[in-house]
Amino acid sequence: MMAATLQRHPAAKWLGIVLIAAALVALPFMLAAVGTTWVRIMNLAILFTLLSLGLNIVVGYAGLLDLGYIAFYGVGAYTYALLASPQFDVHLPFWVILPIGALVAGVFGVLLGAPTLKLRGDYLAIVTLGFGEIVRIFFNNLAQPINITNGPQGISRIDPFRLGDFSFNQSETLFGLNFSGPIKYYYLLLLVLLAVVVINLRLQDSRIGRAWQAIREDEVAAGAMGINTTHVKLLAFAMGASFGGIAGGMFAAIQGFISPESFVLVESIMVLSMVVLGGMGNIWGVILGALLLSFVPEILRHTVEPLQRSLFGKSLIEPEVIRMLLFGLALVLMMLFRPAGLWPSKVRKRELTE
Amino acid sequence: MTTLLEAQGISKRFGGLEALTGISLAIDRGEIYGLIGPNGAGKTTLFNVLTGFYPASSGEFVFDGARLNVKQPHQVALAGIARTFQNIRLFGNMSALENVMVGRHLRTQAGVIGAVLRTARTRNEERAIHERAYALLEYVGLAPHQHDLAHSLPYGDQRRLEIARALATEPKLLALDEPAAGMNATETATLRQLLERIRADGTTILLIEHDVKLVMGLCDRVAVLDYGKKIAEGKPVEVQRDAAVIEAYLGGVLA
Repeated sequence: MMAATLQRHPAAKWLGIVLIAAALVALPFMLAAVGTTWVRIMNLAILFTLLSLGLNIVVGYAGLLDLGYIAFYGVGAYTYALLASPQFDVHLPFWVILPIGALVAGVFGVLLGAPTLKLRGDYLAIVTLGFGEIVRIFFNNLAQPINITNGPQGISRIDPFRLGDFSFNQSETLFGLNFSGPIKYYYLLLLVLLAVVVINLRLQDSRIGRAWQAIREDEVAAGAMGINTTHVKLLAFAMGASFGGIAGGMFAAIQGFISPESFVLVESIMVLSMVVLGGMGNIWGVILGALLLSFVPEILRHTVEPLQRSLFGKSLIEPEVIRMLLFGLALVLMMLFRPAGLWPSKVRKRELTE
Repeated sequence: MTTLLEAQGISKRFGGLEALTGISLAIDRGEIYGLIGPNGAGKTTLFNVLTGFYPASSGEFVFDGARLNVKQPHQVALAGIARTFQNIRLFGNMSALENVMVGRHLRTQAGVIGAVLRTARTRNEERAIHERAYALLEYVGLAPHQHDLAHSLPYGDQRRLEIARALATEPKLLALDEPAAGMNATETATLRQLLERIRADGTTILLIEHDVKLVMGLCDRVAVLDYGKKIAEGKPVEVQRDAAVIEAYLGGVLA
C-alpha cells in the first residue's frame, strides 16, 4: 500500500529520502545534546547493524545457522589492533588495514565453511558455536610463547582513524558546531553502513542471491540445477565474515582497546537475535532489529534504576538483571506473536503463515 | 543416428544390497528412451548415479563423446544432463519465474563484483536471464503463473515447472523421473504433447514412467529393469511381448 503510493509519486519518494538523510545528518547533534554517551551508543548500534547485515547473508539468504559469527568481528578487530598499535609498533593507516581485516576475516569464513559444508541446522549451529569459542580462546592464549594478542589483558592504545592531520578522535569546531570524536566516527560509520546496505540489496536480486536462496530452499535441487553448492556456500560464509571483519576493525579503532571479552558467545547470540527479531532475509528488518536491540537495553539501563528509586525509594533489583529479564520476555513475546520478525521478508512471512 | 549417452556396466551396491548390476545401455540422439520396471527395480538409483548423487560402484558413462565426470551433481548439469525428481523438488518459496531463473545459473557468469557494481554486462545478462526464463514458462504453458509461488501451483503445473527449470540449463539430455505420476488424463495428454515438442526441438529424453500407455505411445525404445538388472530392451511393442518382462510384472508361475 505504502510502496504503491510511493511508486506513483516519485517526488514523494525523493522527499522521503531527503528527510531521512537530513534526520540522519542531524541525529548525532541531537544525541550529543542529551549526552555524548548516546552518540557512542549510536555508533555501537551501527557497528552491530553492520554485523547483523553480514550475518544476514549467511543465515537469512543462504539459510546456514551460524552461532560463532562474533569470531569474525574479533578477527577484524585483532587484525586492526595488531597493525595499528604499540603492540608490534606497527602503525598502518586505517584504509590499508580495513581491507586486510575484511580479507583475513573472509579467509576465516572459508576456514569455518569448508569443514561444515555437509552440515545443516542443529549440527551446523554446534560446529559454528565451537568455532567461535576456539577463536576467542586463541585470542586469550596467544600471549605465549610469543606474545601476539597480549592474552586476557587485551591490546590498548590502538590508533584511531587518521587521514593526514585529520584524526577521528579529536574534537574540532567547524561552522560553529562542535564535532566530537564520536560524531566524526558516526558519519564514517553511516557511510560504511550505506555502502553495506547497497551491496546487500544488489546481491539479493542477483544471480548469486538467487543461488543462495535456492540452496536455502532445497540444496539437492540446487545442485541438480548446476549450482556449485560448495562454492556458493563458501562465498556466503566469506562475504558475511568480511563484513564482520570490517565492523571489527572499526570497533577496535573507536574503542582504542580490545580484549577477548568483547567476543564471547553471548555477542554471537545477540547478533543472531537482531537478525531473527528484525526479520531474517529482509535488510530493513535486520537494521530495525539491530537498532532496537542496541538501544532498548541502554534505555532500560538508564531508566530502570531511577524508576525503582521513585517507586520504592530504593533499588530492589539490579538494573542489569531487570534489563535481561525484560529483554528475554520481549524475545519470547516476539517469537509468539511475530515469529517472522518485526519486519519480515516476504518469503519468511509466507513460510511461517501458510 | 549417433549415441548420446552410453552406460557401460553400471553397478551400485549399498552395503550388501546390489541395487544395480552391470547395467549397459545406449541412448541415441533425439530419441525418447523409456526406463520401466516394477517398484524397487533400480530405476531411480540409476538416475541418481547418472546425475552424480551417488557414485557408481563400478562402470562408467560416456556422454556426448566423452567420459562423464560424475563426482558432483552440478558437474553433470554442466555437461548437459538435467533432471527432474520423482517427488517434486522445486524452490517452494520462490516464484515460478525465479525457479526457472535459477536454472539459468550455470549458463551465466555474473559474480559478486558484477552484482554490486551493476555493470552494463551484468544488467544485460540479468535481462537475458529474465527473458529466457519467461520464454520457457510460455513454452510449458505457465506464463500466466509467473509470479505465483512454486508451492502454491497445482500438482501438474509443478511438474511442468520442474521441466521448464531443467530446460533452462540447456540440457542435451533431459532425464525425467516419473513426470506423469499423480496426473489426471488431461494433464498426462498435455505432458505428452510437451515432451514430443521438446524432442522435436532437439533434446533427447530419458524417461522413467509407470504410466504404461504413456510409455508405449511416446517412447522410441524402452529398457526394462528388474532387481537391478536389465532384462529387456527394444521397441515398446517388442518389450511388451517379452516373456521375462511379463514374468517380472505379473510374477512367475508358482512352482
